[in-house]
Order: sequence, then structure tokens, then C-alpha cells
Amino acid sequence: MSAALSIARHEARRIFVSPLAWTVLAIIQFIMGLSYFLLLGEIISNPGALNQYAGVSDYIGGGLFGFSAVLLLLVIPLMTMRLFAEDKKSGSLTLLTTAPASITEIVLGKFLGLSAFFLAVLVLMALMAFSLIGGTDLDIGRMVAGLIGQLLLMLSFGAAGLFVSTLTREPVIAAVGGFGLLLVIWLMEAMAYGGGLFSEVFRHLSLIGHFEKLRRGVFDTADVAYYVLFITLFLWLAVQRLDIERS
Amino acid sequence: MEHDILIEARGLTRRYGPNTAVQGVDLTLRRGEILGLLGPNGAGKSTTMKMLTGNLAPSAGTVKINGIDLAAEPKAAKQHLGYLPELPPVHPEVTVDEYLHFAAALHGVAKSSRKAAVDQAKTSCGLHEVSHRLIGNLSKGFQQRVGLAQAIVHTPPVIILDEPTVGLDPIQIREIRSLIATLAQNHSVILSSHILPEIQAVCSRVMIVHRGQVVFQDSMAAVNAENASRLAAIFRNPPKTIQMPGVAQMQTLGEGRVVITPEQGADPREALIAESVKQGWGLLELKTEGRTLEEIFVSLTSGDTTALQEAA
Repeated sequence: MSAALSIARHEARRIFVSPLAWTVLAIIQFIMGLSYFLLLGEIISNPGALNQYAGVSDYIGGGLFGFSAVLLLLVIPLMTMRLFAEDKKSGSLTLLTTAPASITEIVLGKFLGLSAFFLAVLVLMALMAFSLIGGTDLDIGRMVAGLIGQLLLMLSFGAAGLFVSTLTREPVIAAVGGFGLLLVIWLMEAMAYGGGLFSEVFRHLSLIGHFEKLRRGVFDTADVAYYVLFITLFLWLAVQRLDIERS
Repeated sequence: MEHDILIEARGLTRRYGPNTAVQGVDLTLRRGEILGLLGPNGAGKSTTMKMLTGNLAPSAGTVKINGIDLAAEPKAAKQHLGYLPELPPVHPEVTVDEYLHFAAALHGVAKSSRKAAVDQAKTSCGLHEVSHRLIGNLSKGFQQRVGLAQAIVHTPPVIILDEPTVGLDPIQIREIRSLIATLAQNHSVILSSHILPEIQAVCSRVMIVHRGQVVFQDSMAAVNAENASRLAAIFRNPPKTIQMPGVAQMQTLGEGRVVITPEQGADPREALIAESVKQGWGLLELKTEGRTLEEIFVSLTSGDTTALQEAA
């Protein structure tokens, strides 16, 4: 596993020396900051909206995290597009495939490296949410549940994007494909509303349904298990895909 | 585990759908050897190398590296390999130092000895002056050297180089060649190229691949020995004909240059010199010449083209 850790460390370095990561971080932060201020403004101008059922944590936490999910859907394919596609295009993937490292280690390493970027996003978001701690009573547990949901959502987007990146040599195609894939899984929620035989199945498969609960502060192991399975499935698919390429 | 045979490939075959890129290639690399893999473009050199390095699974056949089966124990086998593919597998966004440290870590060089290993590789490849520069900003020649440094940083017993001098200027080519010759003191090397002088300059054994099959395999010494089939001479006053035992034929090329074909098994060099002194021909130069690697290569690899032309 030391190979996976070496790859993770190097991949994180490659992500953070690229202007793309900082641009994406800056844009996420700017848009999130904007929505944060709008939410705060809403509370200040209409404090009556707060009652015993909906406090500041629901407003800020729930609102902020709900909005960020859409934003992440848009930007994470940009972060995952290069993972394998670019290395395949430039031929530098050979460095990893020739080294004494299994394909699983390579995929895990790249995924862990990408997670470093997600942690940066998460920390920035947590700082923003928790900055209210001095001014009001925050429901910490609820915020943490939202942040965990956020992290799981990012990791799931990341795993799906990573898989799409193994399918092509063109980073742009990987980005578009990743975005399409995520949107379809997202939209399963809408299909669930259509009723019919499979509506229950679609409801369970949708990425967003499971996130909703965490966002509302409900930490259910079933939702966490869904994300863990989702991530495992796509990482496994990526390993299979790379293995097929070799033979 | 010390093995004298570092790579042993048997019956390597690779098919792409209906096309067979490599068919039944047997390859043996011994310790301290530089094996030149020669062949026209598309002959299957790169495919063979990809199979030897575990980047491509063979359709049939086995590869053993240092006695370890590559298919059964890929991680253990790959520890003994360093590979420079056609395109140097570098990451343009990091510095040379960062990249080489990663390559060392990836190949299992212990943390304590990593710095020394990277320093050694940088010294071998002349990279100290660019240690802190981004690889993407380096010239093609330097990127190639970084790729080479990556292949040797963990001092593997076997180094596989796929066309290491492609795209380099003549000075860089000479540098890389001398580097390969230095490497051969401690490592065994497989080198592919379609440039004949390159193979001739550095390799101890040559293998010609054509249409996915091995068509010629011999040591460089044997190739050179076979050369003694003709004599090239330069005379100040070239004779019209040479009538003496051991000389089968002579051909005048002008400006005193003469090609002499000896009779089978005869070596008339000494007699020629004596005759030249006696007759006052003014011998300026005399050397053996014959079936060069180039002629072998051309005769083995162009046969199909003529056959094709005849068919057409």
C-alpha cells in the first residue's frame, strides 16, 4: 500500500501546483461566499422566519450545503478529467503501470490524492459555516452531518469522474462525460417522482436523495453505506477498465 | 537471488483483433549485455517492449524477469525493471527533483536512501543544473534525460529503452549513447532503435525484428567478424588488374579506390601489401569490409516489399 500513498502524495502535489485547482477553489469559494451572505441577509432582514423548528443552523447549514451540491456537480468533473485521461495522452501513465504497483493501488492513490482537494473545499466551507459560532447558537451536530454529507458527495462525484477519466484520452471528453454521468444519477430522483414500478429503485439510486437527509442533519448509516458502495463501485470499475486496457 | 539470465521471454505473441503485431518472439538477456532491438517502423519493437515491462499482456507466451514470472508475480518482477517508453513518462507540472523523488518512492526505494538515489540518477543523466526547474519548461533532450533518470533511479538490473534518442540533436544523441554505455557497466540494457549506427555503436548483441518475428539474432562481434568478406583499398597508382593467389575479383571505383573480393576462405591482405611495395602501386589504405549490419538489415527486411512490388 505504500505505493498507493506515494501516488496519493504526488497526485495531490500535481493537483495543487496546477492553476486549475486554485481557480476552481476560488470560484467555489466566491459563489459559496455570495450565497452565504445572501442567506445571512435574509435572516437579518426577516428574523421572524426563524422559529423553534428552523434555526440559523438550518438556514445557513442546510441552505449553504444544498446549494454547494449543485456547484460541486458542475466543477468536480473538471477536477477529475485529468486524472487518467491526461496521463494516458501524454504517456506518463506508463510510469505508474511499469512500477511495482498494482492497478488497484494506482486507482486508490489517484483517488486519495484527489481527496486532498476535496478536504480543502470542505475546510473552506466549514470555516464559513462555523464563523457564526461566536454570534449565535449553532447546532454543531447538524452542521457536522451536513459537512459529512458534503464530503461523501464530493468523494462520490470524484469516484464517478475518475472512472470516466479512464475511458478516454481526452480530458475534455472526460469532463463532459463525467458531468453527464453525474447528472443522470442525480436525475434519478426526478424519475422516482414519476411513480411506476421502478420509482422506489430510482429513489434509492439517486445521489441527491441520500444527501438530502444528511443535509437536514439526519445521519443514517444506510445513506453512508450508499455512498461507500457508490464510491467502491466506480473505483472498481476504473480498475477493471485499466486492466482491460492492458490485455 | 542472483540469476545470470535477467530476462527470458518465450513465445511472446500479441494479437490486435485479426492483426498479429508480434509472433513467437523468444528473447534472452544476460547480465551485462546490451541487446539492440532493431527493425523498421511498425515491426513490433515497442509492442515487444511493452510486453516485457508488463504494460501489455501477451496473447501467448511468458516473460520471466530475474527468474520471476511477470504474469504471476507482477509486483516482484517489476522491481527489477526500469523502462523508458517512446514518450518520456514525465509530469510537466512538477520539478525534476519532485518527479525523481516520486519515481524513487514508487519503485520502493527506502526513504533514507531516496535522496542519494536521486542524486546518483541526476549525476548519471547530467540533471543537476535543472533540479529545481519544472519539467514542462525543459527542452526535449532534457525531458528525455529525466525519463532516463526515472528508469535508473532505483538501480534496476534491467533497463529497457524504447528509441531513447528519437527527437534529439546530434550532440544529445552522443551524450545519451555514452550514458547508455556507462549504464551497461552495472545494468543490462535492451535498446530499441531503427537507427543502425546507434545499435552498432553501443550494443553487444543485435536482434532484428520484422513483421513481429525475429529474423536475425547474433552478437555484434559475430556480425563484425562476418564483415571480413571484402577488402577496400586506396592506391596512389592503382593497377589495372591484380593477378595473384587468393584474389577472386577486383573492381575499380575511381580516385584510386579499389574493392577486392578474396577467394573463399583466403586472406590475401599480407600478400597484397607485399605486392604493392614490389610493383610500386603506393598502397595508402587497406581495410576489411563486407556485409554490414545495414546490408543484413536491408536484405532481411526489404524482401517483402520486393515481393509485393512483383505481385503488383
